Amino acid sequence: MPPAAGSRPRSDADARVIAPPGRRLCEVTGNRQTGGYRIFSALDAAGPEPRAGQFYMLSAADAWGQRSGRPYLPRAFSVAEAHAADAGVRLDFLVEDVGPGTERLADLRRDEGLWVTGPLGRPFSYPRELGSDLAGAILVGGGVGLAPLAIHRRQLVERGVPVRTLVGFRDREHSGGVEELFGCCEVRLASEDGHVGHRGYVTELLAVLLEGDAARTAAVYACGPPAMLEAVRALCVEREVEAELAMEAPMACGFGACYGCAVPLAAGGYMRLCTDGPVVSAAEIETALVPGSGH
Amino acid sequence: MDVRVEIAGIELEHPVLNGSGTFDAIAARRAFGDALLADFPFSMFVSKTITPQPRAGNPPPRIFETPASMINSIGLPNKGLDGFLEHDLPRLSELPVPLCVSVMATSHGEFCCLVEGIASRHEVAALELNVSCPNVESGLIVGEQASETMSLLQAVRPITSKPLIVKLSPNVADPASIARAAEHGGADAISLVNTLKATAIDPGTLQPWLGAGRGGLSGPAIRAVALEQVRSVASSVSIPVIGMGGIEAGADALAFLAAGAAAVAVGTGNFRDPLAGARVRSELEAALAAGGRGSLPDRPRQVAPSTST
Repeated sequence: MPPAAGSRPRSDADARVIAPPGRRLCEVTGNRQTGGYRIFSALDAAGPEPRAGQFYMLSAADAWGQRSGRPYLPRAFSVAEAHAADAGVRLDFLVEDVGPGTERLADLRRDEGLWVTGPLGRPFSYPRELGSDLAGAILVGGGVGLAPLAIHRRQLVERGVPVRTLVGFRDREHSGGVEELFGCCEVRLASEDGHVGHRGYVTELLAVLLEGDAARTAAVYACGPPAMLEAVRALCVEREVEAELAMEAPMACGFGACYGCAVPLAAGGYMRLCTDGPVVSAAEIETALVPGSGH
Repeated sequence: MDVRVEIAGIELEHPVLNGSGTFDAIAARRAFGDALLADFPFSMFVSKTITPQPRAGNPPPRIFETPASMINSIGLPNKGLDGFLEHDLPRLSELPVPLCVSVMATSHGEFCCLVEGIASRHEVAALELNVSCPNVESGLIVGEQASETMSLLQAVRPITSKPLIVKLSPNVADPASIARAAEHGGADAISLVNTLKATAIDPGTLQPWLGAGRGGLSGPAIRAVALEQVRSVASSVSIPVIGMGGIEAGADALAFLAAGAAAVAVGTGNFRDPLAGARVRSELEAALAAGGRGSLPDRPRQVAPSTST
């Protein structure tokens, strides 16, 4: 009999890729517009290839603090894609300009320096690691949160796992990245303003899928704004579907030092999202609506 | 270059420590592997503050970025004395440097139990007393009152011969008076500064941003304030002073040493650069060499207090 949803024991023995100690200076190799977002790339000559769901702490080598002393802290970014080559690993990140940190990162120019620490944190699991009877995956992305699902989808497909991908956007201005990051694979879209795909929430598409066989044979992986993640969490816990959420929280360091990224646990107390996440199982957290996240 | 220092009888390879609560050596090893131990950034490791009972910490949000600084209200999450001794101390004893354990309690009796439980362990080289807490018996913040600080030291001093470092709060009018009280009570060293009290308002709701309402400011924005407090304290006591507050570069460390600190600590700088401690040390050595100095600066002579600002 398969274990109940979320009963998987937490341990240090997950498949995280260990980062080289400290930060290292990488070269920005590109930065392009994709809808309302930008994709910037850096060549990581000294780092390992990350697992999907892991993240990096990023800061521009120059003019970090350009807006009256902000940004000061590095910013946490889930990696959207990673391609190993002779010169190193090319890392792609998806960014939406919403504050002083993302503004500077969205403005990175080719050949600029980028400080990089990572890969950090707990990655997504593969479906068989979540339940021996789970053979497929359903990816649910919202807004710029679709980023880690791109690399996850590729790593799943390389392992022969059938994947269904759902992505939702608020409106035309807050959308992008699908063609660049998911290529020609099939992606079912939703938008709140109806400019593309299903008019409504992406979680409505998920609910329909979970009414079929998918609920018993597939694991759900989600990343997006807190309200979307909370809807996915509640839906999957209620239907006893194995689900992993890639979350965000205000984070100063990314490696367990500052204790800033507290996320409430269902069993009481808090986890540090940077070391115990950013990928969490839906059943282990109390809520995905953590005060301060989504800013 | 010889940059060894001695703090309360403990020989340190160089003068760069970490501030308590700004580097979790166990979590860092999980992120970076054992390679972290080969070039450990600090000459002594100061633990996060341990309290008698486990604490979950404050509700989120716990941090807020401010210009060249940040506000935190973490709330001292920790496993409590028993959990620390069972789970964390064995891991921390694997570090290649001496271990200083930061402790905090809210009564003399609890403080004494905590100091006894920690100081009796051979893995522990020193203890740092976090006095930015209330004494429930008096209702006063220990580190904000000279009399409270002295009486706490008098209570815990007889328990151990291991070095006791008192971590001062900057949120007082005259930190030197608190430092003198700690010295008279038997402290072996002083460390300062802790964070400056601070608040952030959510621009949308106009309510306090932090889950606990208020917190403490740290980072380069407080460096000049910290430097003056270190200078003031170092010129008022004869025990060593560990200076900290916004140190992120070798030049910053050199300024604190020139102001009278015997050693320095990197705190918030660790969040930006996990190996900031190692970088500060190498930059410090380079700055000394560039200035034609073969060793660390001498402690300034004590001078009469100035009444002018």
